[in-house]
Amino acid sequence: MFQALVNPERFMAFSRWAAPLLGVIALVLAAVGLALDFQAPPDYQQGYTVHIMFIHVPAAFMSEFVYACLGVASFLSLVFRHALATAAARAAAPLGAGFTLLALITGSLWGRPTWGTWWVWDPRLTSVLVLFLFYLGYMALEAAIEDEAKAARAAAILALVGLINLPIVHYSVVWWNSLHQGSSLLRAGGPAMPAVYLAPLLLMVFAYMAGFGALWLVRIRGEVWRRRAAVLAMRAAA
Amino acid sequence: MSGLSLILRRELALSWAGGGGPFLALGFYIAMASLLPLALGADPARLASVAPGFAWLVLALASLLSLERMFERDFEDGALDLIALGPAPLEMTALAKGLAQWVAIAAPLAILAPLVVTALGAPMRLAPIVVTCGLIGGLSFCFLGGVGAALSLGSRRGGVLIALIVLPLFTPPVIFGAGAIEAFGAGLDWRTPLLLLSAYSLAATALCPFAMAAAARNAIS
Repeated sequence: MFQALVNPERFMAFSRWAAPLLGVIALVLAAVGLALDFQAPPDYQQGYTVHIMFIHVPAAFMSEFVYACLGVASFLSLVFRHALATAAARAAAPLGAGFTLLALITGSLWGRPTWGTWWVWDPRLTSVLVLFLFYLGYMALEAAIEDEAKAARAAAILALVGLINLPIVHYSVVWWNSLHQGSSLLRAGGPAMPAVYLAPLLLMVFAYMAGFGALWLVRIRGEVWRRRAAVLAMRAAA
Repeated sequence: MSGLSLILRRELALSWAGGGGPFLALGFYIAMASLLPLALGADPARLASVAPGFAWLVLALASLLSLERMFERDFEDGALDLIALGPAPLEMTALAKGLAQWVAIAAPLAILAPLVVTALGAPMRLAPIVVTCGLIGGLSFCFLGGVGAALSLGSRRGGVLIALIVLPLFTPPVIFGAGAIEAFGAGLDWRTPLLLLSAYSLAATALCPFAMAAAARNAIS
């Protein structure tokens, strides 16, 4: 499938029906997931705030998943210099930043009633914040260089440097936190999640992934159209 | 090898010419340190408790200052094109630029650091670990910073952009360096964080020249 999609014409034909299809799948999954979520009983410790989890956890997962997509697209763009990979990398970054911001905001809303504070310098929170800064740096670099091809290549190099660094950042932050204080908030080996929560959570994760797929395809399509328009404008001016 | 030393000497001479060498970064470092008591109050116990971490963080910030000059000047006057055409691989030039940055900026900052830490009220016995962390961590700061400097070539607002790109990458060295200094002060195991810092710095020194060269090649293509 991947081989076939390398051809921009075929990609446009494929994404034309794939993007709306994925969007519909995302909406159906989210509707079922949220319906199951609201039938689930309030958690005995967290009460009704447990519902935030179904928005928050998939967003946190997506923040890393999208960065992996960005890294792979950047690698393909650097090595094979393929226009679609470049467009895909460019299109993924704002979506990833959006998921990361959503994870940070919903986590903060959940933390206030549960932990009694909007923010703690917990390793997970800190590494997600650094991930958000990686996205910001990527988008700022891409926007700051005027020549589009050069901007794309510079941003791709930065994405790969970030991809190598993200695991190191994560483990260094975990190590940092274990030095300063024991992790008292997110304890490992808590009670396994009951099915009433697990089923809607998994549905929401798939809904987020389908939604990301739909938005990503739409954004790549927009990128291809924008380039075609630029080429036409150049021809008209010449 | 003579090519490397030639570029190294050129970079060092240039860092003194018109840039005042390390004095800009050193001045920034002292100025920031003098603002800390003004912001936190002059209570010695309070200052002493934050002094090592603060001094380490500002050292990282001060090493950002002269990054913009690392590639930008050569890029603008065309020297970078000539260097790229020459026999020496661009990766070696990037390595030399990183090392020159370390000699000209990071090493003087590391030597000044114990003075700043002590002036803020931390005990004198921290001096050796502060210098060691500054010298070793400085390699990370210079080479990661060099990647940011090379990437932002051709953009209109270099300085702030470099800081935004580079500061998230500074997370591991800042954590390891501060951890080593704190553990040393508390009499705990300081070798582990120092070894982690060294490992990160050496990896940055080995890998970053390739990213710098790729970014520079992209900018002059």
